[in-house]
Amino acid sequence: MSMPSLEIKELAFAYPDGNQALFGVNLSIEKGERVALLGPNGAGKTTLVMHMNGIHPTAQGSVRIAGELVDAKNKDSLKQIRAKVGIVFQDPDDQLFMPTVGEDVAFGPYNMGKRGEELDAIVKDALDLVGMAEFKDRPPHHLSFGQRRRVAVATVLAMKPEILVLDEPSSNLDPASRRELADILRSLDITMVMVTHDLPYANELCERAVILKGGIIVADGSTHNILTNKALLEANRLELPVGFSIQ
Amino acid sequence: MVAVSTPITQWQAFIGYFIWVLIVAAIAKIPFTLLFKRALIEIPFIFFAILMPFFGTGERFQLGTFNLYREGLIAGAGIVVKGTLGVLTAIILSTSTTAREILRGLERLRLPALMVQIASFMLRYVNVVNDEMERMKVARESRGFEATGIKHWRVLATAAGALFIRSYERGERVHLSMLSRGYEGILPHDEIKKSSLRIWVLAILYPAIAALIFLTTSMIGNK
Repeated sequence: MSMPSLEIKELAFAYPDGNQALFGVNLSIEKGERVALLGPNGAGKTTLVMHMNGIHPTAQGSVRIAGELVDAKNKDSLKQIRAKVGIVFQDPDDQLFMPTVGEDVAFGPYNMGKRGEELDAIVKDALDLVGMAEFKDRPPHHLSFGQRRRVAVATVLAMKPEILVLDEPSSNLDPASRRELADILRSLDITMVMVTHDLPYANELCERAVILKGGIIVADGSTHNILTNKALLEANRLELPVGFSIQ
Repeated sequence: MVAVSTPITQWQAFIGYFIWVLIVAAIAKIPFTLLFKRALIEIPFIFFAILMPFFGTGERFQLGTFNLYREGLIAGAGIVVKGTLGVLTAIILSTSTTAREILRGLERLRLPALMVQIASFMLRYVNVVNDEMERMKVARESRGFEATGIKHWRVLATAAGALFIRSYERGERVHLSMLSRGYEGILPHDEIKKSSLRIWVLAILYPAIAALIFLTTSMIGNK
């Protein structure tokens, strides 16, 4: 068996103001799995994500990406890690900071040392994957929100990550954009962690779900089992939309 | 620069400059109405220059009903004419070239990369911040607030403060997302494309013709 894409062991973290966000998280995700990370607001989901590529230094416990330890002090390995973990942030405006879509997609691979024709090819491939190739020379603020979200995904795919981490991918999208993004995500052959409150979306895209609450993982299993367990959902402030049911 | 260093008394040169600026604008397919509309921005600056002939010292002379100072008139005219030329040139540059290309150009001209980066981020986020400001305004007005006088400044100042904090936090998030994609202090740019000779020649042409006008008119003047 190959190495898990993501392996977190006994990860604990407290913010400098003493507010402890994580109390020993254990999570292992195999290559190719799509996992929904669920949990109420303030459960520590974002904090956990920030550990996956060493933005928050690991204080206690360990995080491994494809076997490699995330160590915020080791600059060289950190660079590798950040290439392997692609995070798509919630607000595409935070992620798209270059003057044009194409340059933004080129940003990651450029930092990894890609140049010239190779870089152009990577940019084209990434934009093709999300169906945004014809917008290459447009400035991001001329795009719709859904398009920007897709470009944000492309900027990360361009780095050919081992694992794709999406923070609330369906938030603020209209139903059509939401479905289009789902189609794109489903078409990608990549390990995926999706932080979301959108339970139907998680059900649609992820075969496995974990619930994080109060800084620990309180449930880990098939998305179907978790979403049909009413007591579990209620205990964790999770609710399916009214009228929605899972057979 | 050529225009600025021409003495204002050499008035024939300035006629030449204006004609040349208009020709360039025509070549760049900038409608003249747009050119002049944008040139209106200059008015507050030349306002004082127009006043100069009325306040001054030295020789005076009569022009219609006005009693003017000659020195003030010459200096004022110099500011108005040279300022207008400068503004027109800047307008031609900004209308014919995208902001992004100007930044590229500055980078090529060895402006420190950091300054170019700051300018390009400003370019990217000015819309985002503007939208945010607009939304805050709508939110204020939806709750019945309308800024009419000085007593409302407190609210506006608070809003400006909130906007600043929000922008600052956005800056942090942007930086975070840059780090996540391996940012190490350099922004990528297309591999330096060598500007072709043609472009250089075209770029030199603008000041060169101006210089030519200067030289011819000074020779005519000296005769």
